[in-house]
Amino acid sequence: MSPPVYDWDADEYLTSEEERMIDELEAMLRPPALPMAPYPPKSVLLASGETMVVRQALVEEVDLMLKVIQPLSWVTRDFYDIVSARLFAELLGWKTHRVRDEYCLVGVIDGVLAGIVNGRLFDEKHGVSFHTLTLKRGLRVGSHLFASKMEHHIEYLGQDEVWIVAESPIGHRRWMIEYPLEKKFEVQHELGGAPAWVLTRDTYFKAKSRLVTGTRPVSDELLAKSYPLREPDLRVMLTQIEHTLEARV
Amino acid sequence: MRDVAIVGVGSTQFGRAQWSLLKMMCEASNDAIVDAGIGERKIDAVYVANMGASRNNRMAGLSSGLVDRMNLYPHTVSETIENGPASGASAIKHGVHSVASGYCDLVLVCGGERMQEVNNFEATEFVSYLSHRYAEYPYGVTLPSLAGMFTRLYMERYGVEARHLAMVAIKNHLNGAKNKKAHLRIPITMEGILTGPDALNNNPWIAEPLRFFDCCPVSDGSSAVLLAPAEMVKEFKKTPVLIAGMGQATDSQAVQDRPDPTELTAVRMAAERAFAMAKLTPKDIDVAELHDAFTILEIVESEECGFFKKGEGHKALERGETQIGGKLPINPSGGLKSRGHPVGNTGVSQIVELVLQLRGEAGDYQVPKQPKHGFAVNFGGFGNNVVATVLKRGV
Repeated sequence: MSPPVYDWDADEYLTSEEERMIDELEAMLRPPALPMAPYPPKSVLLASGETMVVRQALVEEVDLMLKVIQPLSWVTRDFYDIVSARLFAELLGWKTHRVRDEYCLVGVIDGVLAGIVNGRLFDEKHGVSFHTLTLKRGLRVGSHLFASKMEHHIEYLGQDEVWIVAESPIGHRRWMIEYPLEKKFEVQHELGGAPAWVLTRDTYFKAKSRLVTGTRPVSDELLAKSYPLREPDLRVMLTQIEHTLEARV
Repeated sequence: MRDVAIVGVGSTQFGRAQWSLLKMMCEASNDAIVDAGIGERKIDAVYVANMGASRNNRMAGLSSGLVDRMNLYPHTVSETIENGPASGASAIKHGVHSVASGYCDLVLVCGGERMQEVNNFEATEFVSYLSHRYAEYPYGVTLPSLAGMFTRLYMERYGVEARHLAMVAIKNHLNGAKNKKAHLRIPITMEGILTGPDALNNNPWIAEPLRFFDCCPVSDGSSAVLLAPAEMVKEFKKTPVLIAGMGQATDSQAVQDRPDPTELTAVRMAAERAFAMAKLTPKDIDVAELHDAFTILEIVESEECGFFKKGEGHKALERGETQIGGKLPINPSGGLKSRGHPVGNTGVSQIVELVLQLRGEAGDYQVPKQPKHGFAVNFGGFGNNVVATVLKRGV
């Protein structure tokens, strides 16, 4: 059975009266926001020789990201399904101002979306890591983006701690073990039941030379190439992610 | 003794299989049977190559399972061969003996490994069982750590540099990117893995001086070959490939017991025996699949097999002689480095790849000039049990 298709253009059908009513309600529904320092873009030279620009995503780019993410919600391999479904909801929440103090970073190669990471501020000193979704696998794109997320929390948002859970064994190996993170099971992470781990400033700076990379500033020319964001070829992306045993001699 | 030919080959895609081990093996076996076009002819024996099913997949006696799944019972002789990462070539050797002796006519040899059942730490641990039980294993020796020490010594003695190791990885990834069945179809660059600003993050240390891209991936996959007496090859539809020579040798299990740890004596002896049986020399070989579980091994094996002088393998690499268009293309399939290394299966997959090359069916990674002779080294343990094979197009 085909998955239902997200209705991208629902806003087109609102009347002006409806819009006015929504504006009034909207003020009550939107959470207050903490000031957030911007994430300065950087470039990472990947093993393939391609340059990935890591930059903040624009709210206007959410629709494109949702379109890319949606088909992955049915990919069970490496828990792409749960990560994609939850990331879909988080980005939709960001776009519709239903999640407080959320941010999103993207990895972009030649204008094409290669990966997405997001999180939010719990308060001024504590951050919550949400998800890391790699769309181009095999080049440590996810690893670079997760490191950028930690860099954002600690160095640019000036936080003391980031609370993290992993929803896949890959995530557990890459974050909990590779950094390594400390257990903080007494914290109830917003993603639910999984035990929370924490990245402290101390852990971050110890791991930084090993795991956090990239070059700043990004030239105007290179940065311009990362706009407008383009979706990857869906067939290529799904094949690479699923890596099924379909080919025959 | 009868000459033995390969009349059919098959293979799954390598990588992270979604199917069970037996299902993968059925796919590869069926492909080999269809490739040969055996018609109503019965398969007399099935030899299965596997290293880790008992531990990783909780399955033993795999050959019985494969025969059962493929409805080849009750007439078929079957046996599982475990010889570490050299299980694949060892199983082919058993198949060759069966056919050559007249014990069987049509023999299916199938290698299979499904390693994703366990995580990477467990996979490394399981492979480290190959090390000496008392002299190596209790001290935390793993295959990457042995390879790291070996590489350091080799670099000091023969002038191999990190860039040479990277060149092997780059070449094999480039080849593997053209092979639709390869595990890692990702071209990589020197800047990306060694000289660029982010190289250390892209390519972190695993066992210094070996980095991430110097090591093969942990793969699932299955391959199969169908063997028949040379006198029967006209009954099958594809160009036959003769198993012209096979050689095997065994070195000390612990690397520390070798007079010179940079010598891979078993590789040299196995290659010499295979060439002697084939009545050929290394100069006759047009294409080779070497066991590059670590990049250094491709360089050293190319020397021990007699393709290049000792200490000059990296120079040949630098001159581009081992590229697909070079004097002696090595690992055009991507090798273990990129095609992947389902350990017990690798020896079979090397032969499958050489058969495709000799038939001219390798597609985008086909070696030019119609190769006539192929050569493979399947390397068990850290060089303690090695099987070399020489193949010849036609019979």
